[in-house]
Amino acid sequence: MACVNPDGSLSPSGLVLLRALDAPGAERELTERTGRPLFQVRSGLRELQSAGLVRAIPVGFELTGVGREWLSSP
Amino acid sequence: MMTTDGNGAAAPRLPRLGEPAPAFEAVTTQGTLRLEDFAGSWLVLFSHPADFTPVCTTEFAAFAKALPRFRELECELLGLSIDSVYSHIAWMRNVEEKLGVKVQFPVIADLDRQVALAYGMIMPGESRTETVRCVFVIDDRQNLRAMIYYPLTTGRNVEEILRLVKALQVADRSAVATPANWVEGEPVIVPPPLTQEAAAQRVATPDLECVDWYLCTRTL
Repeated sequence: MACVNPDGSLSPSGLVLLRALDAPGAERELTERTGRPLFQVRSGLRELQSAGLVRAIPVGFELTGVGREWLSSP
Repeated sequence: MMTTDGNGAAAPRLPRLGEPAPAFEAVTTQGTLRLEDFAGSWLVLFSHPADFTPVCTTEFAAFAKALPRFRELECELLGLSIDSVYSHIAWMRNVEEKLGVKVQFPVIADLDRQVALAYGMIMPGESRTETVRCVFVIDDRQNLRAMIYYPLTTGRNVEEILRLVKALQVADRSAVATPANWVEGEPVIVPPPLTQEAAAQRVATPDLECVDWYLCTRTL
């Protein structure tokens, strides 16, 4: 599912994926945490990376500082 | 690689079985997707001529109902036509409203025909503007394993596509082949022996059922 809307806001799918990254995780772990198929997780991570909310790390992906701010914002 | 079509115009080479499936990045009803997003899963990529057409609507409902059964096989579905994403969204909503079936797999909006051309989905003898009813089975390593082409008039049999995916997976898992009309649970064909010695050994193997040395089956 598309995670980032054209106006830069997050779609419901984007929020689900961002919340699932509260702890770092690999793609397959994230499919389990979100209940979404692998292809959706991969395309969602790509979008969240482009938006600067997520970054790749050796064991998978983690939130950036901006991503954490998104999660903590009301 | 480019070849020429019947009119001498440049056309991409058609994909071939056993080769890597042509890569793509495409706008879909679930955002921008790449072929590589499906790596590790099997994929049935299928095209339809156009949204809001009767045969395609019945096919989409059938594919949508069968999605959980494809996912049991670790296989995803991905539709395609040369329509806009807005048309796809409207049609998906209509299918849900009129037929009560929610389409939960993505559908490529291939307006620039890049994916259709790469996969040879346009058959000018059938239509110069629409894709025919193609099915491409792509395995978890992104190799093209089977292709089916149907004309505009004839809806596909989703049970056959499920059967095909199961047969390919059984062949991979157990190094066997499947006979005509095989369905899950039926005996499978063991590869024929390649030497006289192996042929003699084959007919003497107790757990095989052999018509002759070259045609032996076993139950998995």
